[in-house]
Amino acid sequence: MSALNRRRLLKGAGATLGALAFAKAIEPVFEFTANLSGDEFLQKHYRELSPDDLRTVLARLEAETKEKYGADVTIRDIRPQDGVQFGYALNLSTCIGCRRCAEACHVENNHDRKTHQSYIRVFEMQQGSFDMEQGDATYDHPVPQPGRYYMPVQCQQCDNPPCTKVCPVEATWKEKDGIVVVDYNWCIGCRYCEAACPYHARRFNWEAPEISAEEINPNQSYLSNRIRPQGVVEKCTFCLHRTRTGALPACLEACPTGARVFGNLLDPDSEIRWVLENKRVFVLKEELGARPRFFYFFDV
Amino acid sequence: MSRKTTAKESEERPKHWVSYPRFLWRSLALATDGSWAFYAWMTGLTAIALVGANAWAGQVSSGMGVTGMSDHVSWGLYIANFTFAVGLAAGGVMMVIPAYLYHDDEMHDVVIVGELLAIAALIVSLGFVVADLGRPDRFWHLLPGIGRFNWPISMLTWDVVVLNGYLLLNLHICGYLLYMRFLGRKPNPKWYVPFVFLSVIWAISVHTVTAFLYSGLGGRPFWNSALLAPRFLASAFVTGPAFIVLALQVVRRTTSFRVPEGPIQTLLKIMRVTVLVNLFMAGAEVFTEFYTGSSHVAAARYLYIGLHGKTALVPWIWTGLAFNVFAAIVLHTPKLVAKRPLLNLALVLVFSGVWIEKGMGLIIPGFVPSTMHELVEYYPTLTEWKVTAGLWAVGMMVFTIALKVALPIFGGEVGAGERSWKRDDAPDSDPEPAPAE
Ligand code: SF4
Ligand code: SF4
Repeated sequence: MSALNRRRLLKGAGATLGALAFAKAIEPVFEFTANLSGDEFLQKHYRELSPDDLRTVLARLEAETKEKYGADVTIRDIRPQDGVQFGYALNLSTCIGCRRCAEACHVENNHDRKTHQSYIRVFEMQQGSFDMEQGDATYDHPVPQPGRYYMPVQCQQCDNPPCTKVCPVEATWKEKDGIVVVDYNWCIGCRYCEAACPYHARRFNWEAPEISAEEINPNQSYLSNRIRPQGVVEKCTFCLHRTRTGALPACLEACPTGARVFGNLLDPDSEIRWVLENKRVFVLKEELGARPRFFYFFDV
Repeated sequence: MSRKTTAKESEERPKHWVSYPRFLWRSLALATDGSWAFYAWMTGLTAIALVGANAWAGQVSSGMGVTGMSDHVSWGLYIANFTFAVGLAAGGVMMVIPAYLYHDDEMHDVVIVGELLAIAALIVSLGFVVADLGRPDRFWHLLPGIGRFNWPISMLTWDVVVLNGYLLLNLHICGYLLYMRFLGRKPNPKWYVPFVFLSVIWAISVHTVTAFLYSGLGGRPFWNSALLAPRFLASAFVTGPAFIVLALQVVRRTTSFRVPEGPIQTLLKIMRVTVLVNLFMAGAEVFTEFYTGSSHVAAARYLYIGLHGKTALVPWIWTGLAFNVFAAIVLHTPKLVAKRPLLNLALVLVFSGVWIEKGMGLIIPGFVPSTMHELVEYYPTLTEWKVTAGLWAVGMMVFTIALKVALPIFGGEVGAGERSWKRDDAPDSDPEPAPAE
């Protein structure tokens, strides 16, 4: 065999070996794609789905929940109503920092049980200071503590949301009733929105959420509390599956002090309007110009 | 990229459909033939790349929980390396400018090294973007036309456009020049000079847009500074030349390609300025943060001296700065520059110094403290280090192969007629290239 031929042979063997090793190295990817249906892979953006498409998608998602989590759930598509602009206000004088709102969110929105995820973080603040640096969201003692006040923070449903602006694929947007939503089946998981949000309101699914069948809230919607897939971003949706059908957000119902006020900003008789008109309300980080729809106020 | 030619030309010369495949075939041979040292080098890189690919595959299947990132520090080592690699790609332009704008003939002979570096670095940076995605399977959502491309609103879409555009530009320029040299023909300035000028502007834009990714976020005061883009460019023009000077010396030792001393000296001259500008801007930033002393200083404090007992980045950033200062001293002391090993050490150190300062030193303090002023630190996991090493290994493979193909053709050792290239009809004796529109 000539030297040239031997060299060719060796090169060929090297290339084959390399290709085989590569196929072996990326094997785990195929484990992942084996769990993906072709329909899911090809699914269009939420706003491009026809009513028929949407029905198929919802049925598929319900079946997948059954298969992966063993629970029978109903996933609906609930659209915003005309003449409704949601707003939320929170009374810092009455909030006692019990975190029942955060817990209610955890249950209502089918959050991951292992990390005890919630869209709400409650900060224990120093009396006489608004310096967030003095705040602590990981306190673990009886509440309320003297010399402290409590400030729950969740998505502020900004009217000029920095998060939707940065999304490269329009996977997150503001709906006409003011709620900022994510299409969990369109998000590519770049987490740019998470970097852009000034209120630490977004969460990423670092792993597929874990939740037992009995604990799953079966009343779900596509844009809010259905169980999120791995690798996508999620956020508070003002419980749109409840609020768009006339109910109140889970966090509000759970609050033992009545610190939370929710309603339609366009309805002059609503309690939220009364608060905005009669209390001295403010928003967080107003200087950033995100224009939150979540207001804070003190009673006295 | 198409390598078109006028009808008249193709009548009298061999047809492209004959010679272009031959060009590719010869390139393949060039890419895969080599000494044992070459095979050992490539095998080593392949091994590292495979380890990285395997780690990435594991990350895709079990989720990004295998990284050290969290909702508090939601970008880490990948985005840090992405930023740095974009800078390296932009830095290659520091050869292009002297070669084409100032008609530095010697630089012209080796400018392809800079252009190939840009190609390799861009592949690395795009690799890091993909590695950072939670759902790489949905990558097609980013494709204009098929997906929903949020352009021009999202800065990330701008980045996708400029990075891929810069990649195509460099592929076209290198591919065209090599093919022409291969044919033994004089490159037609019409087919590459306008692209070269465009690539100069484009190089600036890739790094500017990458800086805008961060500086456009009002909720992250550490990044929200107009100085970010200029700083990015200054540091890019440190790392690019440093890498090229090292690469040119390796080429000189391991190949028969003639590497003149002129380009190395020009690049060192450029670095003498950029390394100082980079340090100056770092100083200006530190002053503004610390003298003002407002709550904005928290991130800078975390980076430079630690905050509430959290000091993960402090040793890193000081090491990075020390490397930069060391290189600045060496570069400005002619006696030390003359000592090649010392100079090379300085180049390696300044390269690593910028990697620290513009990588982790830039990305992590954007998240620590978080927007709600919580202090959660970040430590990359083994998976992240493996993927990172793997992507850089891929980059080195691309760069090595590109040089192996390009240098013999560019140096005239290999051509269509296998005749040797005569230096005197090389394009450095081109008529004045037409200015770009
Ligand atoms: S609080 Fe954050 S996630 Fe919510 S709308 Fe504003 S920027 Fe977006
Ligand atoms: S993580 Fe998802 S929603 Fe957020 S910017 Fe990226 S693609 Fe858009």
